[in-house]
Order: sequence, then C-alpha cells, then structure tokens
Amino acid sequence: MAMKGIFNYFRSPRQGSAKVAKERLQVIVARERSHRSGPDYLPALHRELLEVIRKYVQVGDEAVQMSLENQGDCEILEVNITLSEPERQG
Amino acid sequence: MARIVVITSGKGGVGKTTTSAAVATGLALEGHKTAVIDFDVGLRNLDLIMGCERRVVYDFVNVINGDANLRQALIKDKRTDNLFILPASQTRDKDALTEEGVEKVLDELSQEFDYIVCDSPAGIERGAMMAAYFADEAIVVTNPEVSSVRDSDRMLGILSSKTRKAERGEGPLPAKLLLTRYSPERVERGEMLSVDDVTEILSIDMLGVIPESQSVLNASNAGMPVILDEESDAGQAYRDAVARFLGEDRPHRFLTTQKKGLFGRLFRG
Repeated sequence: MAMKGIFNYFRSPRQGSAKVAKERLQVIVARERSHRSGPDYLPALHRELLEVIRKYVQVGDEAVQMSLENQGDCEILEVNITLSEPERQG
Repeated sequence: MARIVVITSGKGGVGKTTTSAAVATGLALEGHKTAVIDFDVGLRNLDLIMGCERRVVYDFVNVINGDANLRQALIKDKRTDNLFILPASQTRDKDALTEEGVEKVLDELSQEFDYIVCDSPAGIERGAMMAAYFADEAIVVTNPEVSSVRDSDRMLGILSSKTRKAERGEGPLPAKLLLTRYSPERVERGEMLSVDDVTEILSIDMLGVIPESQSVLNASNAGMPVILDEESDAGQAYRDAVARFLGEDRPHRFLTTQKKGLFGRLFRG
C-alpha cells in the first residue's frame, strides 16, 4: 500500500485532494438535506424503532437508516436495519 | 422601501464582513443609498473594516433600546457618498437583539434607504438568525473548503425555512453564492474545490468568485473596503459581483491562472 501511495504520488500529481473533498461533501450534504427536509416526526420514529430493536438485538445508532423519497404522488419511507453481529441474536 | 440583503455563511472567517463592506460600498458607488449594519453583537468589526472605528458613538443596540435615535447612530462614510454604517454593540448580552427591535430599526431605515446590507455573525445563533430573518435576499459567502461548504448548505436550509419570507409562505429566501479566497493555481493542481464543484454540491447560482489576494489584507489593514482598490483583482471581482447583483450580466474573471513567463516565475514564485 505504501509503495502504491508513493507510486501514485509521482505518477499523477494532478489527482489531488479536491476530488476526495467533493465526494465526501456530496455524501454528507445529501444526508443532511434528507434529514432536514423530512417530516418532524422522523427523529422520534428513528429513536423508537431503535428502542424496539434493542429489546431483541443490541445494535448501534447507525443500525437504522431511514430515507424518505417522493415518487410521483406517493411518499416512500425506506427503513434499513443492519444487524452487524448476527451471532448475538435472540 | 429598501431591499434588505443579508451577508451570511454559517462558518466564521470566510469573509462576511469584508464582503458586507465591499457590497455596501459597491451599491453606494452605483448611486443607491445604502446602510450597512453589523449584527455581530459583542464582536464589533465592520467599523474597523470600513475605517470608521474612531467615529462610533452609538450602536445598533442603543437604537433598539431607545438610548439614541438612528440619525445619531448612523455613521456617514467619508469615502463614499450614499453610504452609512450602523455599528454593532459590544455588549455581552446575547439577547440584546430582539425581533421587535430589529424590525423597528429596519422599518425606519427602509423609509430612507434603497438597500440595507446586514452583516451576519458566524454561527446559527440569535445574531445570525436576526440578520437573516427580515431579509429579501441573501448572499452566502463560502470558501472552497469542506467545512465552509457544508456550513453554507446548512445555512441555505435555514434561509429556506426560518426567515419571515418563508414563514409567510412566500417561498425560500432567494440566495446566491459568493466564493471567496479562490486560488486558481490550487484548483488546477487538484488541491482545491473548483467553482463548478461548489456550484454542483450546493446547487445554487454563483454571484461572484473573489480570488485569494494580498489586496484584501492590505485593504483591511488600512480600513478601506477592498472594492475601492480598483487595481486589485479582488476589488474588480467585487465590482463584477455587485454589477451582477444589480442585474447586469458579466462574465466571471480570475478563474484561471495567468500563465507566467520565466521571469514571472523566477521573481514572483
């Protein structure tokens, strides 16, 4: 990895850090906008879902990801629950 | 009725006060009677940038509290006609800016002025909210740097929902971006976000791009708005931005590096 880093450094001096900055910003800005534009009950729903899940499985705050999308004339609330350590289930 | 413009950003140190001084001076130079107000209660600085710090007698909070009237508190600019400054108070009372008080002062100024430029403090606390609340439009000052861009997006969210205009259901506050401390050299080396990158991330119109320039520090050292330095790239870029703000269509300048000859490279780095 270190060799590759050095190699890249000499090979492509124009591949600077701005590209990384842009990618990181696009991700965080999109995420913060979706939180902002969502209805006021989303944070509470998120918290309560976590509480229910934690009755059965120990998960971190990041385990529940929610996103709200408008498609035509209906709204779709997508909830993704990630269980990172399945051996502890039950 | 005056048009109220807030100069805001979220992040500190990106050039809000420099921009407020430049835009207010630019509007006055174009013949519009302009007042520029420092909303940074506790940390007065616009007076220094405008070079009138020794002429401050009364301030914004004095007017709100009725200790002085507007005529006593407004400082007439010595260099530019049609330009007046209302300095911030240095009180540490963060609640000194009341919504009613700010509205009263803005209403009174509106009778007499064409433009009111509100220099917002950093952050999203009361001072910043008050500077933006009554505005008709916003100029968001951003540096091509991750934390500044993120904070600007947050501020754009606030402008679209927490202003009087938004609360009255008149839609989000119209906002334009002013990118400052831009270094074409570093952009070309891939080390700095480009104008296109920032516009794409924030999806907002670009009012102007101010190049990183020694003239900005020189101007603030001297207490002179940099827009008055007609020789400098930053001064000219601010002139362009003000012209665009007033509806003129001007191409953006200073976005690429000037190719230097051998001598230029040897002696100017």
